[in-house]
Amino acid sequence: MSGKRRVNDFVIRFANVNGTGSASTNGLFAKSIFRSGVPVSAKNIFPSNIQGLPTWYEVRISDKGYLGRREGIDIMVAVNPQSFQEDLQRILPGGYIIYDNSRPLHDDQKRSDINMIGLPMMLLSMEYFELPRLQQLFKNVIYLGALVALLDIDINIVKHLIEELFATKPKLWPPNFKALEVGYNYAKENYDCPLDTRIEKRDLIGDQIMVEGNEATALGIVYGGATVCAWYPITPSTSVAKAYDKYANKFLIDKDSKKKKFAMVQAEDELAAIGMVIGAGWNGARAFTSTSGAGVSLMNEFIGLAYFAEIPVFLVNVQRGGPSTGMPTRTQQGDIISSAYASHGDTKHILLFPSTPNECFEMSATGLDLADRFQTPIILLSDLDLGMNEHITEPFSWDKNRKYDRGKVLTAEDLDDPNLDWGRYLDIDGDGIPYRTIPGTHPSKGGYFTRGTSRDEYARYTEKGAVYKRNVDRLTRKWNTARKWVPKPEFYQDGYKSNHGLLFFGTTTYAAIEAMDKLQASSSPMDAMRIRAFPFNNEVEDFISQHDEIFVIEQNKDAQMRSLLINELEIHPKKLISILNYDGYPITAQNIIEQIGEHLSIKMISQV
Amino acid sequence: MSYIKPTFVHPQAPRNEVGYLKRDYEGKISTLCAGCGHDSISAAIVQACFEMNIEPHHLAKLSGIGCSSKTPTYFLSNSHGFNSVHGRMPSIATGANLANKELIYLGVSGDGDTASIGMGQFVHVIRRNVNMTYIVMNNGCYGLTKGQDSATADKGSISKPSREATPYEAIDLVGLALELNASFVARSFSGDKSQLIPLLKAAMSHKGFAFIDIISPCVTFNNNKGSTKSYDYVREHISITGAMDYVPEEKAIEVEYAEGSQKDIELFGHSVVHLEKLAPNWNPTDKQSAIDKLQATKRNGQILTGLLYVNPNPRDLHQINHTVDIPLNKLTENHLYPGDGELDKINEGMR
Ligand SMILES: Cc1ncc(C[n+]2csc(CCOP(=O)(O)OP(=O)(O)O)c2C)c(N)n1
Ligand code: SF4
Ligand SMILES: [Mg+2]
Repeated sequence: MSGKRRVNDFVIRFANVNGTGSASTNGLFAKSIFRSGVPVSAKNIFPSNIQGLPTWYEVRISDKGYLGRREGIDIMVAVNPQSFQEDLQRILPGGYIIYDNSRPLHDDQKRSDINMIGLPMMLLSMEYFELPRLQQLFKNVIYLGALVALLDIDINIVKHLIEELFATKPKLWPPNFKALEVGYNYAKENYDCPLDTRIEKRDLIGDQIMVEGNEATALGIVYGGATVCAWYPITPSTSVAKAYDKYANKFLIDKDSKKKKFAMVQAEDELAAIGMVIGAGWNGARAFTSTSGAGVSLMNEFIGLAYFAEIPVFLVNVQRGGPSTGMPTRTQQGDIISSAYASHGDTKHILLFPSTPNECFEMSATGLDLADRFQTPIILLSDLDLGMNEHITEPFSWDKNRKYDRGKVLTAEDLDDPNLDWGRYLDIDGDGIPYRTIPGTHPSKGGYFTRGTSRDEYARYTEKGAVYKRNVDRLTRKWNTARKWVPKPEFYQDGYKSNHGLLFFGTTTYAAIEAMDKLQASSSPMDAMRIRAFPFNNEVEDFISQHDEIFVIEQNKDAQMRSLLINELEIHPKKLISILNYDGYPITAQNIIEQIGEHLSIKMISQV
Repeated sequence: MSYIKPTFVHPQAPRNEVGYLKRDYEGKISTLCAGCGHDSISAAIVQACFEMNIEPHHLAKLSGIGCSSKTPTYFLSNSHGFNSVHGRMPSIATGANLANKELIYLGVSGDGDTASIGMGQFVHVIRRNVNMTYIVMNNGCYGLTKGQDSATADKGSISKPSREATPYEAIDLVGLALELNASFVARSFSGDKSQLIPLLKAAMSHKGFAFIDIISPCVTFNNNKGSTKSYDYVREHISITGAMDYVPEEKAIEVEYAEGSQKDIELFGHSVVHLEKLAPNWNPTDKQSAIDKLQATKRNGQILTGLLYVNPNPRDLHQINHTVDIPLNKLTENHLYPGDGELDKINEGMR
């Protein structure tokens, strides 16, 4: 049974049991492809559970650099008896299953249209390793060794990776090498290696790096100068706080005293977490919290306070499947509306939409600047796919002369200026952004009362309608200023070539770019724009107005970005066509193409 | 009607040691009901801060929502204030404290603000031992929303709007704070300035979480016969742990007292709390004896006030965190930039 030759263009899925140590082995596999110079993306598909349930690791390998998810599995490494049947059915005809044949399969566990590659993982492991615990662990490395042979991966790359992984425990190298070779040799001796589906070394990675979005976010936060972190654990955001802890302890320890130039509090809940961030921001320290949708729901009252009292807050929302507890370990872009308009009354918040780890880094540092500049909550809208999976991305860079933009903060000298007519909420510059003072700055000037109630320009409580209105109108002015400051969209063409446009953001980008190429190849090219922030800048408005129809691609059911565009830019709803995906898995290019095709043909029919 | 305070200052008005007049510690004219206990507490805060020579900009006042939480407008106008949201002052205070450990943090809350909606944050701010003074102006009801029973209303107490005896058990915030190992626990009465002012001073000198539950009658909704938080009831049932005095650092002098009846407790910065006429078998640095004393008084239908417990050497949140000496809000790029080449190393590790 021979399949299509698929060099550097296939999807391989590992079906494991949660908590059996497969994660690090599978990570080694993906990294070895990366080190082979071949574009690769890996996605964890895991249960909301610590041990015992099925978990999958799906790796896409693509010379063309298509790193979105693709439907259909070319190679299944089926190590989990519990999900075996399901895994078996997912394999594309002509594909491969690599399974543990330590015990013979039943007839209904076979398919004749795929290649069945038996590997006695458990028997081999028992033969070479004594301790039962090690037998379980090294089973994983044995299948990795077999893959190295079957896919023609350079074994030295894998060995190097093992050495790096256990850099501080060289004692672990020999048994790992042994397991690797056991699998490798078994495959070589029993099968024609390599398969037609395999890896060839390339040089397509350049200086790019491979990292999880959450790690990049945390690093950006450290570079952006945040010294206070208050958080409450929730998947998929937990690793942001964890990585902040790691990098802060690496970079923010005072050399002489060994004391911390930062403070971290695991709060009692998300209300307290954001309260602490608001308290710290009010008092002049850069502060952040990271959470997911359920946490943002709890934070709503406080977000409104920070918005109305004008206090810098940096909030990372790593979205997961909602509503409610939803699909806690699946991805979604489902918190756009709830983040944009979080809290009661007329509130609106600046959102940033990173699509790569590099952007997570950059936008986190920028987000802290924007929070100070606009004295308001800034929400970084990441998602599980970006945050918890490793992605190939441009290396991080930082201009060493870059200064924090602390925005409009008055110093004691400023306050001593006899000509200063200062009011905490007075718009001196006409951009809607007032000047603030930090407690403790001046012995007799600059003190004011911060409140969530209505106040006048001088921060004095008022219930006068006209004064209230003047203040909220200033907030609108501030919002309009922000339109010019937030990151601009990215375009993928010089000049517009089509009446149709694709609009996307965040992790939808991976599949959208692939879809764009496919449309181009089928001679229906479309212009494209990636939104990077809310409020929408003028460029977003222009792009939409210059096309007849825009396909808005997003990963939620209710077309939230489309609603936001319609609401904010007064776009005719008919002009924005929804391309949606909301099953918890990252959207695929095929899905996008099909939905676009459906729309275009239906339209053609209706015109007849 | 005008609410503007007269600005005339008598030329002989005394200044304190840091050069401020008492007026510099006052706030806007109160809009609370005439006779509200909360106003007396505001006045005590003004007096305590003036006498303690606190520079107004070295203190931040924070509150939640309620009549009680409005009071920070009525004292210390030169200090930064933050009237946050209902029940969440502790988290704001924690964050503010993390940002700048050099200021004095005075948190003001109500019994509704603390014992109901804010209970979660209250117990956790104690647990973290945030260096702040936390006052509950306790009137047994929700003044601002027209007098509904609060969780500190004693079982059997009757308020004006409810007209019925509260059927639920009361939450005793002082007992709770003791149970949670708060490092400074006191109770007082808005009508007892001579006790309240030294208590406030001691609380603000304490380097850790200092809690004062202050019974503060609501004249409009809960000062009626049958209420256990009325002026009359409290005056009749108060039991004072002993006269107390607060002696600031420079003035602390060694005095000999007969054993068993007095005690000096040295606080942070060598200020001293001097307690007199201590009840027998009660040691305010011993938590268990404070708990015993509190429960015994309660059984007798009395309300125990005074400094109940203090741990003179607690570890506050910054000590636990090992924060640098310089306040976090003063750190700049110069302190925080990881250094040339560090990012390259990180990139390299991700290849
Ligand atoms: C989230 C929220 N729920 C309800 C309210 C309404 N509210 C305002 S003050 C208050 C109770 C205040 O009681 P307490 O803290 O005892 O203060 P007091 O007025 O008695 O001094 C309530 C329920 C609110 N402001 N916010
Ligand atoms: S309602 Fe009660 S608590 Fe509120 S101001 Fe009046 S007396 Fe004070
Ligand atoms: Mg009350």
